Amino acid sequence: MKVRQISVFLENKSGRLAEVAGVLGANKINIRALSIADTTDFGILRLIVNEPDRAYRELKGAGFTVGSTDVIAVEVADRPGGLAGALQVLERAGINIEYLYAFVQKASNAALVVFRVEQIDEAVRVLQENGVRILSGEEVYSL
Amino acid sequence: MYWDKEHETMPREELSALQLQRLKSTVDRVYRAVPFYRQKFLEKGFEPGDLKSLDDLQHLPFTTKQDLRDHYPFGMFAVPLEEIVRVHASSGTTGKPSVVGYTRNDLANWAGLIARSLAMAGGARGDVIQNAYGYGLFTGGLGLHYGAELLGAVVVPVSGGNTDRQLMLMQDFGTTMLTCTPSYALFLAEEGEAAGLDFKKLPLKAGVFGAEFWTENMRRELEARLDIMALDIYGLSEVMGPGVSMECPAQKGAHVAEDHFIPEIIDPDTGEPLPYGSRGELVLTTITKEGIPLIRYRTRDISVLHPEECSCGRTHARMERVAGRTDDMLIIRGVNVFPSQVESVLLEFGETEPHYLLVVDRKTELDDLEVRVELSERMFSDRVRELEDLETRLRQKLLSVLNVNARIKFVEPRTIPRSEGKAMRVMDRRDIK
Repeated sequence: MKVRQISVFLENKSGRLAEVAGVLGANKINIRALSIADTTDFGILRLIVNEPDRAYRELKGAGFTVGSTDVIAVEVADRPGGLAGALQVLERAGINIEYLYAFVQKASNAALVVFRVEQIDEAVRVLQENGVRILSGEEVYSL
Repeated sequence: MYWDKEHETMPREELSALQLQRLKSTVDRVYRAVPFYRQKFLEKGFEPGDLKSLDDLQHLPFTTKQDLRDHYPFGMFAVPLEEIVRVHASSGTTGKPSVVGYTRNDLANWAGLIARSLAMAGGARGDVIQNAYGYGLFTGGLGLHYGAELLGAVVVPVSGGNTDRQLMLMQDFGTTMLTCTPSYALFLAEEGEAAGLDFKKLPLKAGVFGAEFWTENMRRELEARLDIMALDIYGLSEVMGPGVSMECPAQKGAHVAEDHFIPEIIDPDTGEPLPYGSRGELVLTTITKEGIPLIRYRTRDISVLHPEECSCGRTHARMERVAGRTDDMLIIRGVNVFPSQVESVLLEFGETEPHYLLVVDRKTELDDLEVRVELSERMFSDRVRELEDLETRLRQKLLSVLNVNARIKFVEPRTIPRSEGKAMRVMDRRDIK
């Protein structure tokens, strides 16, 4: 029930993001979701792609500092309050969310949100117990 | 392994007698043949006959790199050009380089000292020595080359650069010893690892690294990654080139070839000689060179001399790893900072590839030090907080070691310029003259 996220270290200089996208494009790797966290000096690009292993290798080969982390992809109802439900479940279980971001595309009438948490197994368990749907890696990669 | 047991293990008393005899001959020759020295001696009221003991050395004038530049190209030579069979020149960063000339005897002595150094590192006939020092005016390439030949090893004169080829030859030829700068050795290790090469499976056993500063931590890193014994060779073109001193496997300092050079440690500010065990500037006098003998050459390298006999049996004094140069030393907000200190902090962290650059600026009358560090995969995190944490820890550690507040800037891999010879460590953008 985990999804592999690729992260890339980016200095804050123009053109770097385009280069990452270029490497992925040239290798026909599709981006499913992305987010950037930035500070004054650097940025961290996080990506969900259809082929995480290959993306990791190609980006590394292109000279980037690349990381790989497990995250969860949560399906929430695409209506007001949809996200709140999932968040409340995690809060009640005392699970801290490091960050989250939404998917570019939607699956039917639900929205997909990526959660990065410390206690990932625990998070998966409580969300499922509370009837929140979590997508598997395969489901996400083949969206 | 000794190459020249008689000289390498000579009792210090005999060694002193040999040094005095050779020093006298050198002083006589430069007084007669080099106008620069005759003039300097006269200014000091010193005549060759005044040299009675080694202690009198301190009454002789110093020679500086500037003196060599002022007499560019051949003005300091002590023999006619007919006697010179090769010249080398130091990498002058600005202006004219300093040029040194070698007679046939000089080259023979130099090759002997390199053979001595390589033997110290365990080299012998049958060893395959991959010499990745640059060939050319720089003394590293040709210096190591002829010494390795004299030793009877198989020399691979690959020179610097072309990393893929280096790695290929290393595997195909079964290289047993690597000679190059430590930063290039590290670069080879990185590139080899990236290409999936397992150095533990190669016959490589020793590295003789020099021509730039490196630290104990960098030694450990090279030894672990290349699966070798890494030893420090020291030298400078003005004095001869590599082989002026060489570390033995005890790794407790480099033995200065005292049968060819007399080392001193002086206070760089006052010029006063300091006793053994004190830290100061290394000064070298050549006592066998013919082409361009140098009296009390100020190396600008900071070191400490230890005369006690070494566990390897050699009697020649050992110099501690050069901690920095009097002229590489940065003064930041009044504090002395050596790039090598920053390097040891980074390596101590064990999380960083030792690729860094110190950028010094002056902003609103205050010096500003930025330490750029290439962010390795080991250090990287998808969480901003962890990276900021690492930044803070590095900053605090640097503050405690340097006594200077530095800004840490993480940069992408391979963005800090590396020449395949010497690593660029400092960018001083202060324009204050």
